Amino acid sequence: MDSMTLIAVASIVTAGLTIAIGSIAPALGEGRAVATALSSLAQQPDASTTITRTLFVGLAMIESIAIYCFVISMILIFANPFWNHVIAQTAGK
Amino acid sequence: MHISPDQIIIWQHGFLKLNATIASTWGLMLVLTVGSKLITRKLSLDLKRSRWQNLLEIVVTGIEKQIEDVGLRHPEKYIGFLGTLFLFVAMASLCTVIPDYEPPTGSLSTTAALALCVFLAVPLFGIEDQGMGGYLKSYVQPTVIMLPFNIISELSRTLALAVRLFGNMMSGAMIIAILLTITPFIFPIVMTALGLLTGMVQAYIFSILAAVYIAAATRTREPKPEPVPTT
Repeated sequence: MDSMTLIAVASIVTAGLTIAIGSIAPALGEGRAVATALSSLAQQPDASTTITRTLFVGLAMIESIAIYCFVISMILIFANPFWNHVIAQTAGK
Repeated sequence: MHISPDQIIIWQHGFLKLNATIASTWGLMLVLTVGSKLITRKLSLDLKRSRWQNLLEIVVTGIEKQIEDVGLRHPEKYIGFLGTLFLFVAMASLCTVIPDYEPPTGSLSTTAALALCVFLAVPLFGIEDQGMGGYLKSYVQPTVIMLPFNIISELSRTLALAVRLFGNMMSGAMIIAILLTITPFIFPIVMTALGLLTGMVQAYIFSILAAVYIAAATRTREPKPEPVPTT
């Protein structure tokens, strides 16, 4: 395997692993957050606006972790700096 | 496939490039400013008013109420900044129903610029409210040991603001592009509708987070209740 194949394999496999492993924790966290918010909404319907606002902001915070993983895997696939470097080297040869 | 609208070059002359991000940003700014200028040209105070004035009143009072709920007590001071952020991000994602339109917030340059605005606005509002000393003192709360952590959190939350908005917008466009190649008929429409919802939620969250940061920087001391004078 030359270095080009190696970089391609490593990027693709790592991109898949990043999004696969990286979305486990946010999924669990969002599930917990929504479940707790639902039970507190059932207990205190009067405070629904405050609970919903806090829930949305919190969900966005949790979700941004998964989004970071997604951004990294997209960079690995579509805008990989090492890959571009190798391409430029072979083109320059 | 392109990862951001920066790569779509509309017009080029020498080193001057006009890409889709700049074009759609200026288009949105034009629509927002000219639209609100036209609507506010003839405002009426009585009960009979135009439907556009009604729309603007709903938007403005809604944003004002949200800012007040976060804990900023004079929303009219902050609505110029926070309302603009919200309206721009919301319009940028709502306009995705227009064909051939790329949301400018799908480019990291735009979101980084917006996050930098928040990064600069927080100390400005804080200094205006508490004075230079009072604002700087908030960095060494509760102890001096927390000083580096406070500075790191200031930087990392700016990065998080930028990457969160960029990631959400970019992922929406990317998922639709991928689905178009796999299942070209129904699914892309469903995902576009979901993208509209995500865009609104992200606009809400961006401006609410900015409001929360400003509220934390301008934490004015609550006026202590006067002790009841004992005779």
